[in-house]
Amino acid sequence: MAERPFRIWRGDEGGGAFESFRVEIDPGMVVLDALHRIQARDANDLAIRWNCKAGKCGSCSMEINGRPRLACMTRMNSFADGETIVVQPLKAFPLIKDLVTDVSWNYEQNKRIPPFSPRPRDADGQHRMYQQDADRVQEFRKCIECFLCQDVCHVLRDRAGKSAFVGPRFMIRLASLEMHPLDDEDRVPEILHEFGSGMCNITRCCTEVCPESIDITDNGIIPLKERVVDRFYDPVVKLWRRLSGASVRTEPRPLAKLSRGDGP
Amino acid sequence: MLDIGEIQTIEHDVVVIGAGGAGLRAAIECSREGLDTGLLSKSLLGKAHTVMAEGGMAAALGNVDARDNWKFHFRDTMRGGKFLNVWRMAELHAKEAPERVRELEEWGAVFDRTRDGLINQRNFGGHRYPRLAHVGDRTGLELIRTLQDHGVHQGIAAHTECTALSLLKDGERMAGVAAYWRETGRLVLLRAKAVILATGGAGRAWGVTSNSWEYTGDGLAMAYDAGAELMDMEFTQFHPTGMVWPLSVRGILVTEGVRGDGGVLLNNEGERFMFGYIPERFASETADSVEEASRWLDGEEGARRPPELLTRDVVARAIMAEVKAGRGSEHGGALLDIASRRPPDFIKRKLPSMYHQFKELAEVDITKKPMEVGPTLHYFMGGIRVDADRQETRVPGLFACGECAAGLHGANRLGGNSLSDLIVFGRRAGLGAAEYVRGLAATPRLDEDAAREVFRRATGILNRQSGANPYELHEKLQSVMDRDVGIVRIKDDLVRGVEQIERLSAEAATVKAHGASQYNPGWHEALSIRSLLLASEAVARSALVREESRGAHTRLDFEGEHDEWSRYNVVCRKVADGRMQVEKVERPEPPAALQQIAHASIEDIETGRIGATAPGRGDG
Repeated sequence: MAERPFRIWRGDEGGGAFESFRVEIDPGMVVLDALHRIQARDANDLAIRWNCKAGKCGSCSMEINGRPRLACMTRMNSFADGETIVVQPLKAFPLIKDLVTDVSWNYEQNKRIPPFSPRPRDADGQHRMYQQDADRVQEFRKCIECFLCQDVCHVLRDRAGKSAFVGPRFMIRLASLEMHPLDDEDRVPEILHEFGSGMCNITRCCTEVCPESIDITDNGIIPLKERVVDRFYDPVVKLWRRLSGASVRTEPRPLAKLSRGDGP
Repeated sequence: MLDIGEIQTIEHDVVVIGAGGAGLRAAIECSREGLDTGLLSKSLLGKAHTVMAEGGMAAALGNVDARDNWKFHFRDTMRGGKFLNVWRMAELHAKEAPERVRELEEWGAVFDRTRDGLINQRNFGGHRYPRLAHVGDRTGLELIRTLQDHGVHQGIAAHTECTALSLLKDGERMAGVAAYWRETGRLVLLRAKAVILATGGAGRAWGVTSNSWEYTGDGLAMAYDAGAELMDMEFTQFHPTGMVWPLSVRGILVTEGVRGDGGVLLNNEGERFMFGYIPERFASETADSVEEASRWLDGEEGARRPPELLTRDVVARAIMAEVKAGRGSEHGGALLDIASRRPPDFIKRKLPSMYHQFKELAEVDITKKPMEVGPTLHYFMGGIRVDADRQETRVPGLFACGECAAGLHGANRLGGNSLSDLIVFGRRAGLGAAEYVRGLAATPRLDEDAAREVFRRATGILNRQSGANPYELHEKLQSVMDRDVGIVRIKDDLVRGVEQIERLSAEAATVKAHGASQYNPGWHEALSIRSLLLASEAVARSALVREESRGAHTRLDFEGEHDEWSRYNVVCRKVADGRMQVEKVERPEPPAALQQIAHASIEDIETGRIGATAPGRGDG
């Protein structure tokens, strides 16, 4: 294959601009290979975050020709001949440098989620669950935390949205806990009040960009919304509760305070 | 002159370096023991190389075959390691792995299930019974995410994208770590009473490797510089099945689970060549015909295991031999075929990542076509020499666990024994560090002059006017290791390799990184070169000393195992003039009870003739 033109965002929070590069492409190369070649030859200090180069760790998230992608899973032969490849950092998170953004907000959200709390083991000391039940949460547990879904989320793209909604990644994290066959915890009031399930208006952009093909919206977010509706808004259920005297929790508990490491 | 008082300082009881499976598990244990725990990670949390582990974690739960127990697991591990393992570590590992796996379930891990709802277990190379707890072919992700999600609620201070530069001491004992933040380039001192290394191997020294960029041997080099010993460094595992095409993905792992679930290896004549490579030691337990191997796959009792599931060293050398004999695949590998053995649904369910990986990266549909595979540098059996029970090095207060520690795997690691290694010995290192810290009379004071020197050297790379390009230096090292310290070795190559490494080390002293210190990969690369070179030197020198072929170490000029050599480990240490001393160290005599189990026949263990009186549980 021939040389390909690249436009790569260079800069930091103080500002920056696109820079042009040309790079020789060998058969089978992905965008991350091309970026590494540019880094080794023309721009030693080009900042890129990456780890496995096999689509398993979710580190090399960036926007390639306007779409949030993993650079390691974007093949060079997916572009038209002569097409310029434009590479820039994720837009939903603050820029650190070049193609690297500060995604620490996501790690803070994870900490706020009440952890897994298992039911007691069976008398013989074993936990039992069946594959068909495991399947449901295993789909969510495929998540590699690339945060591409967070990047395209309309709510999170707006700075204010981050205080109202945890975003698709953590909705499916919550779903993986709520639907976990062994989990005893109830997080439904928090899903509504703390994690902002109502903010999602089901545009399915998150599902579309998921490199693990997790059906984030239909299998994760919508079932959680349904659980919220059942608890808070279903008139029949409400009436039944009043008549039967059954009580369920509707007030959220105070969640663990956010604590940040010492940081750089 | 650098003023240490102006450097950011963080204090902990213990600092764990590395946040893969071993580091996370160690940190959780430290925190549980009441220590103020800091966790240092070069990457973001949950991105460490553990995520790439695919096949599973070995533990004799006996869920799929009730005959399995720790004695078989121990025996398999010793035989896989060609009896060069530290006996006590192999014992502890086999005994404690089941409880550690169940603990992960208690922390939220969702393993694949048996029909009865228990943790399912799959077959793997060298394991007598189906033993690997797994989640499809993404078990490593499940392990790291479970530890991460549990760990963030344990009060551990995670310092991410923070790279350790050097260990700092107070006299002989550990006192802290000099490090820098990758994001800003800012320097940081971590004062600590104990340090646990969980930094993995140094696979990035080779060009063809399954390892991510993080595998630069930082922990090996830091421990060595601090006075700890490196052991068994000649044993570097080449996984038999890495991708070979396209070139840009060469080396990326293809899980052994493909073979465990029925995949077979073929040469370009369509022959299942592994039947021609069965070693004497495994002959009685391996199928000798295609027909018998098929019966095994159908679950027939009494049928022996197919030769594709022989240990990794054997399979890797067989593929090399086929390629050399002109029977290789188009791009110089072997063909791994599961398409003709299993229906597409089965393949997609049990091997989803492999399906995805080949489809996306090689445009091959593995439910229809075979994969092209060949050996790739995968794992360091050798590493930092530690005490078996609490993982302490000979430097007081310095511990090591996971891949960066030596001992469990001997001359060759069985697939699936790595993930269980991480959780068994990660926990033990945490307990060891806690015990050590409780026994300390006074808080150590780190040597500030040494810290100043470390920082001066690190920033010197940016400050000098000109010097070697770090990326080019790294590429040169990779070609030396691929060529001279590869899967088959010979004296002349190794001697040349050592000379080349020495030459590159001299060049590395003047390496230059351009730009500022803020998130500068060129600088990061330059800083890791020293560790890579040090680890490479230890591998090459140890390989030169071991004049036999055993496990993953193959010498063309010294064929076969030599009994004499089973009595020695090779140990590297830094001596007064800064040279690397490499020495044969005699192994202690193992306990008779363990020897009996390791050498017993399967029937003898099954019937209880041997090993019946050995204690069944770990001491932990």
